Amino acid sequence: MENVRNFSIIAHIDHGKSTLADRLIQHCGVVEDRNFRDQILDNLDLERERGITIKTQTCNLPFTDADGRPWELNLIDTPGHVDFTYEVSRALASCEGVLLVVDASQGVQAQTVANLYLALEHDLEILPVINKIDLPSADVDRTRSEIEQELGLPSDGALLVSAKQGIGIDELLQAIVRHIPPPRGRSEDPLRALIFDAFYDPFRGAVASVRVFDGEVRPGDTIRMMASGKTFRVEEVGVFRIRREARPRLQAGEVGYLIAGVKSIADTHVGDTITLANRPAAAPLKGFREFKPVVFSSLYPVSSEDYEALAEALEKYQLNDAALVYQKDSSAALGQGFRCGFLGLLHLEIVQERLEREYGQSLILTAPSVIYRFTLTDGRTIEVDNPAHYPDPARIVGAEEPFIRATILAPERYLGSLMRLCMDRRGVNQELHYPSPGRVELRFDMPLAEAIFDFYDRLKSLTQGYGSFDYELLDYRPSDLVKLDILVNGERVDALSMIVHRDRARERAVQACERLKDEIPRQQFKIPIQGAIGGHIIARETIAPFRKDVTAKCYGGDITRKRKLLEKQKAGKRRLKVVGDVEIPQSAFIAVLKSRDED
Amino acid sequence: MKTDEDRPEAPGLYVHVPFCESRCRYCAFVSGTRLDRMPRFVEGVLREARMRSWGPEPFGTFYLGGGTPSLLPLPLLTALVQGLREALPLDQAEEWTLEANPQDVTREHLAAWRNLGFRRLSLGVQALRDDLLKSLGRRHDGAQARRAMRLARDQGCDDLGIDLLFGIPGQGVADWTETLDEVIAFRPEHLSLYALTPEGRTPLVRAVARGAIRLASDAVLARLYRAATDRLRRAGYLHYEVSNWAIDAGHRSRHNRRYWRRVPVLGLGPGAHSFDGARRWQDLRSLEAWLRRLDRGLLPTAMEDPLTPEQVRLEVLLLGLRSLEGLPAAMLGDSPEARSRLGRLIARGLIRQRGDLLVPTDRGMFLADGMARLLA
Repeated sequence: MENVRNFSIIAHIDHGKSTLADRLIQHCGVVEDRNFRDQILDNLDLERERGITIKTQTCNLPFTDADGRPWELNLIDTPGHVDFTYEVSRALASCEGVLLVVDASQGVQAQTVANLYLALEHDLEILPVINKIDLPSADVDRTRSEIEQELGLPSDGALLVSAKQGIGIDELLQAIVRHIPPPRGRSEDPLRALIFDAFYDPFRGAVASVRVFDGEVRPGDTIRMMASGKTFRVEEVGVFRIRREARPRLQAGEVGYLIAGVKSIADTHVGDTITLANRPAAAPLKGFREFKPVVFSSLYPVSSEDYEALAEALEKYQLNDAALVYQKDSSAALGQGFRCGFLGLLHLEIVQERLEREYGQSLILTAPSVIYRFTLTDGRTIEVDNPAHYPDPARIVGAEEPFIRATILAPERYLGSLMRLCMDRRGVNQELHYPSPGRVELRFDMPLAEAIFDFYDRLKSLTQGYGSFDYELLDYRPSDLVKLDILVNGERVDALSMIVHRDRARERAVQACERLKDEIPRQQFKIPIQGAIGGHIIARETIAPFRKDVTAKCYGGDITRKRKLLEKQKAGKRRLKVVGDVEIPQSAFIAVLKSRDED
Repeated sequence: MKTDEDRPEAPGLYVHVPFCESRCRYCAFVSGTRLDRMPRFVEGVLREARMRSWGPEPFGTFYLGGGTPSLLPLPLLTALVQGLREALPLDQAEEWTLEANPQDVTREHLAAWRNLGFRRLSLGVQALRDDLLKSLGRRHDGAQARRAMRLARDQGCDDLGIDLLFGIPGQGVADWTETLDEVIAFRPEHLSLYALTPEGRTPLVRAVARGAIRLASDAVLARLYRAATDRLRRAGYLHYEVSNWAIDAGHRSRHNRRYWRRVPVLGLGPGAHSFDGARRWQDLRSLEAWLRRLDRGLLPTAMEDPLTPEQVRLEVLLLGLRSLEGLPAAMLGDSPEARSRLGRLIARGLIRQRGDLLVPTDRGMFLADGMARLLA
């Protein structure tokens, strides 16, 4: 155990975490240089594109120090977004130390602070790493002073690195073995291993990433999941070196994987403790938590005949993402679909993109919703996450919606527009700090519903990408909620209904109508588009009909041209939905969820 | 009144004459002004006619289009027609059409064309106002157009078709209806009214792109179209295709109806299109390339397009929605979606059901492409 070091890298998005992980892997010879793909740990296409880590990946790094002493370093990669704080916390619980990466040109950001707090909660040794020192805009001295002032960490030990150029990597590895403490734990004790990640292998079933705290586990052992109580027989254990490398056992202090014929990833719940069935530990490791979805949206196939395929894709997808919950849903406009619960808006986007990209689904999503609470005349309180279940307004005596504490860090010059954004989104209890000259930290309470509607995109565009955003759930607060319906050609499009605060209803209605007007192509007749609360119309647009929609000539060669055009148009039609005689393209449903950039 | 044709399924023959005195600003058809190449062209057409293996079935129609067929000197035209009659079973064709520009219509020409067999004359009048004709790049003026129509009638032409353009920049509803009335007064057996459309790489397209010309909006085009539709209905004309009217059912263009009913048509000449019932093909557009290929004893085909059943279905649909030929109601299927879409179009007066056929209304024809998109 003395020669093992378990650590994680935490950083703000774009501060170079993945590149640093790549360099460490390369330096330790886990992959040959010529086989190296950049950001090797982020193996989902989506992660590569967005430059963020969604699923944690772990790598075992053999390292020989200057004295010729061999080490086994376990790099535990963590997801980099607020939606996945729970996964981050489990990964951190599996480490003894972290590398806190700060971009030398950007300094300390909101997420750096949030991650630091997480690391401190787990009592981890923190090694500050100043990355991107090769950039012309790098300001090492200022970054050092931010580390001291904003993070309260001594900066003299900070390592100077350029992951991209491979500068300072060996020094960093030396520092890891010197400063991060070895794991504690007793191999003789009953087995306690923490599941900090899991993914699904179509041939082997669920593969759990584990950190063994006490005892040891070998193939052939019968294990028990302490939260679920289910037992399984271990088929294989080993370590990740990009590929899986089987080992005869995993011992206290080690990090690796475990395969036990588990058919569903839901049975390898992140945060659960694995013990031996015949010699169970007295108590599980702390920190287990059920996934709790906070954002809800319905997914529909673009063509209704693809419903079965979507059902299959969701089932397969869920094998790899236990945090996604779903059940059947149906819409008059969109047919059969699924109501899904997500950890947050990013989680929603990831699920959508992966279903489309990896499972070939064409999807329509409804407006994301939070869980609202309504108190009814009979004294009952009901929770509603779907506008379709909005109760009869005559029976509502009270309504509440969830609030979050939002934290925004940005350069001071954006303060004015940020305050406006915060007010627009019904933010209250504003607090302002200046963590360092030129930078401002804005905190306020706001409804979660406002954060999931196009908030992050607006924030990013207002601050030209410099602003960062983090939030935590606070509590439920009374709210004046109404159901906004959108009518196309006089018919309600149920998939576009949303529950909104009364003060925001008109604005949202106008916006939805404008967006639909832009997206719905002209047809053979005039199409009114309206926003309504109950029977009261609060917004209206009209799509003018075609006056002429034909080419004048159609002789020999025109027929081929026209037929080819029609073939193309027909292919595009699979993505249309018919509501109230009107063909609505998929893009219209998506556009309604985005607000226009006003500036 | 002509009787309905005897052999509606007999193939048509189209010969494209790619010569003009000058190019009109809006025209995207294959044509050039090197009139000295006419003899070689005629030789080429005859060679192609002999090379294209075409079934033994006699042609039902013969259409000489262009370009400007009326520009062909009589000896060449005579050689062309005689050569074609020798190469192809043309003698039973019931409808022979020649396209002519007004300035080429003379007493002598009229008699000669008629003697060669062209009983139907399609006259490219386009407009009667001199300034509009000039802006289109036409070489004739209103007086010549009127003279040509009168002369044709005086010389006993009893199957006269007139082409007009609407939506010409500067043309108002009043000008347009005045022109129409004047043309209707000649009681032509056939009228083609085309919305001026920017096509291909024409000077018109470039002028529009530059902003030098502003085309009529769809709303204006719809007004002009509506005006024409109303007037021609009152004058007793049958609106049988988006852009075509006949004085009675027997005077619908037999040749053009072959395109819309997907009856085979053999096309000869540069850029000409052919359809044999299963495949569509086009000849090389360049006269030089077309001639070279023929000189080497090769077919001058540029591209060939065999049709899948689905492509056939789309053709039937898009063509059927443009004309009174209509389309079989059964081909839309009887899914609830298909029925509701069709129901909407019927309810809004764009389509009528006539027995087993769906037929566009006057108003529907001007929205035919949109209906095809909806029903495809």
